[in-house]
Amino acid sequence: MPFQPVKFYQTGTFTVGNRLLAPEERTVQANMQRTNGLNSGHRACQGCGEALGARYAIDAAMRACNNQLVAANATGCLEVFSTPYPETSWQIPWIHSLFGNTAAVATGIAAALKVKGRREVRVVAQGGDGGTTDIGFGCLSGMFERNDDVLYICYDNEAYMNTGVQRSSATPPAARTATTMPVGVEPGNVFGQGKNVPQIAMAHNIPYVATATVADLHDLEYKVTKAMGMHGARYIHIFVPCPLGWGAASNDTIKLARLARETGLFAVYEAEHGEVTSVSKIRKRVPVEEYLKLQKRFVHLFGKTPATETIARIQAMADRNIRKFGLLEEEGV
Amino acid sequence: MLKQCEGSHAVASAVAMCRPEVICAYPISPQTHIVEGLGEMVKSGKLAPCEFINVESEFAAMSVAIGASAAGARSYTATASQGLLFMVEAVYNASGLGLPIVMTVANRAIGAPINIWNDHSDSMSQRDCGWIQLFAENNQEALDLHIQAFRLGEELSLPVMVCMDGFILTHAYERVDMPTQEQVDAYLPPFVPRQILDPAEPVSIGAMVGPEAFTEVRYLAHAKQMQALELIPQHAAEFQKIFGRDSGGLVRPYRCEDAETIVVALGSVLGTLKDTIDEMRDAGHKIGVLGIVSFRPFPLQAIREVLKDAKRVVVLEKSLAVGIGGIVSTDVRMALSGLHLHGYTVIAGLGGRAITKASLHKMLQQAMRDELEHVTFLDLDHNLVKRHLEREKQKRRSGPMAENILRDVGVVAARIA
Repeated sequence: MPFQPVKFYQTGTFTVGNRLLAPEERTVQANMQRTNGLNSGHRACQGCGEALGARYAIDAAMRACNNQLVAANATGCLEVFSTPYPETSWQIPWIHSLFGNTAAVATGIAAALKVKGRREVRVVAQGGDGGTTDIGFGCLSGMFERNDDVLYICYDNEAYMNTGVQRSSATPPAARTATTMPVGVEPGNVFGQGKNVPQIAMAHNIPYVATATVADLHDLEYKVTKAMGMHGARYIHIFVPCPLGWGAASNDTIKLARLARETGLFAVYEAEHGEVTSVSKIRKRVPVEEYLKLQKRFVHLFGKTPATETIARIQAMADRNIRKFGLLEEEGV
Repeated sequence: MLKQCEGSHAVASAVAMCRPEVICAYPISPQTHIVEGLGEMVKSGKLAPCEFINVESEFAAMSVAIGASAAGARSYTATASQGLLFMVEAVYNASGLGLPIVMTVANRAIGAPINIWNDHSDSMSQRDCGWIQLFAENNQEALDLHIQAFRLGEELSLPVMVCMDGFILTHAYERVDMPTQEQVDAYLPPFVPRQILDPAEPVSIGAMVGPEAFTEVRYLAHAKQMQALELIPQHAAEFQKIFGRDSGGLVRPYRCEDAETIVVALGSVLGTLKDTIDEMRDAGHKIGVLGIVSFRPFPLQAIREVLKDAKRVVVLEKSLAVGIGGIVSTDVRMALSGLHLHGYTVIAGLGGRAITKASLHKMLQQAMRDELEHVTFLDLDHNLVKRHLEREKQKRRSGPMAENILRDVGVVAARIA
């Protein structure tokens, strides 16, 4: 790699530019030989977090297995925007069967490869939060429980975006969606537990579970690479902001992903065989308002009379995550 | 080799000889013995290489089979009744994607009311799902049809359902002629998929298809089934050459020459019907029976050929198209378009009600006198029905229907007329 002078232009952020890293540590995307598993030209919206997450995840997975990768894809944005046939963005063998069966289809592919003696070919399954935490949950849990040799990646944008922003079990409380309208006594989505699939995945005691965000792409690549180095059922849950569904500026995707982590609303960690093995600490704790205010789906919380009580409840959720996962340095585990 | 064994065991042995590479199993009566048998063969190493996967639902069973087939493995599963309905979305997907999965359907009624016994409601509900549907008359044919199913499905890149009557066949011990592995290998070539998920040649499978091509893709599904109409008799002929017996084909006419009355049916009831027809022939009646092996594709021409000179046709079917009558009869009527003959639909054997020779004799005598209702429910207890209708008239909150009728029937261990 030719010498590139270091420029410290990233003041005020915690981002370490690729140029500060040793070539072997640089992101796969910085390499001219990158595989472009999800190639450019697809139909994702500007600022799509899912497209970004998928591109990094799949390219990292391809690098980890010498491009011997097969993907099963749930119905959803990623499926629709990537394959407007006769065009397809996928540079790997790829199958879309149904909305709710992706984990099982991947199990079938893995079984076929095993019986054919093609152990070098690896299998990823991928879907959005609807395809993972709701309709595909039965098949996902079955795949986990059998410890099938599949890496399942969930791109979580917290609602059914492909069908027009409806609530899923990953939609956060108070968020406006097409089915949780910002009207009535408690506007937006109800407060409840939702469905925390990384935690449920851990309860299956599978070899590897990790969460990541598109704000920390290097961390995402590291986790995908680590998962690809293992066999059995593995799960990576990636937080991917959706400018369209969240009513956010498309240039705020990375910022929102970072704020989700820095508020504590989205805990970034790894777990092996059901136990947390590492946690990404919050570097500069911020109140949840900073995250919420950037999104129109929460705009009803910030009217003439701010919904301070609701905001406090969301802050309490973040605080609970911080306590539970030890997200602050001084509270570290 | 002749062997006395359970129908499920015969099918498991036949499927094993077809060298399946991925088998998905989810328990539902009455198909369980088949996958249990296969599971044992895989675990003991007798069937290898093969992956036997205990899935969490029928929806997953079909989905695993989809993934495995798309990755180039010969894939098999079995189901019945509610299980078939639970996997329906994936059933359509498998045929839409053109994946030659073979599945046994151990025919069983659909609830509510829940019922584990045999009728054809389950596979009939999937008549338009794009799968080939073959119906076995006895255990020998069930065994043989599975071997033919893999060959047919893989040649056309279409999935095939082999339907066999639950309990009546799956749990019956009968003598079967068990083929040798050499015979099966000579008949069934290794699976060479038309499409495969392989990093050496990456393809995208399952993209969205809009109005610009959807009709053509669907037409091809139809055209392939039309091809199957030609292939099924060819495959049966080749089967006979290697295995030495006549099995499969589109239709099986029995004593239909010069017959004025022909009964059309599918599955195991054909045995009882043949016995009945023999007795009626002995009594001088010109009557025959036509068994349909291939329900999808539906052999309109072959059926017309057999029925065209008859005076009347009685379609005896173990399924009910609620609100109209028969499912098979509607299709048979298509085959008779323009012909002037009396057509009767007889709904029989629902939820495992025994179809006896006595009832058949009575019903067929009526048919021959053209005194049969056009839609007849064989052995229907009209009094029970009347009693319940009266109850509904008397009282708004008349209570759950099935439970009311059961109370009226009273405690019975088994009710065989």
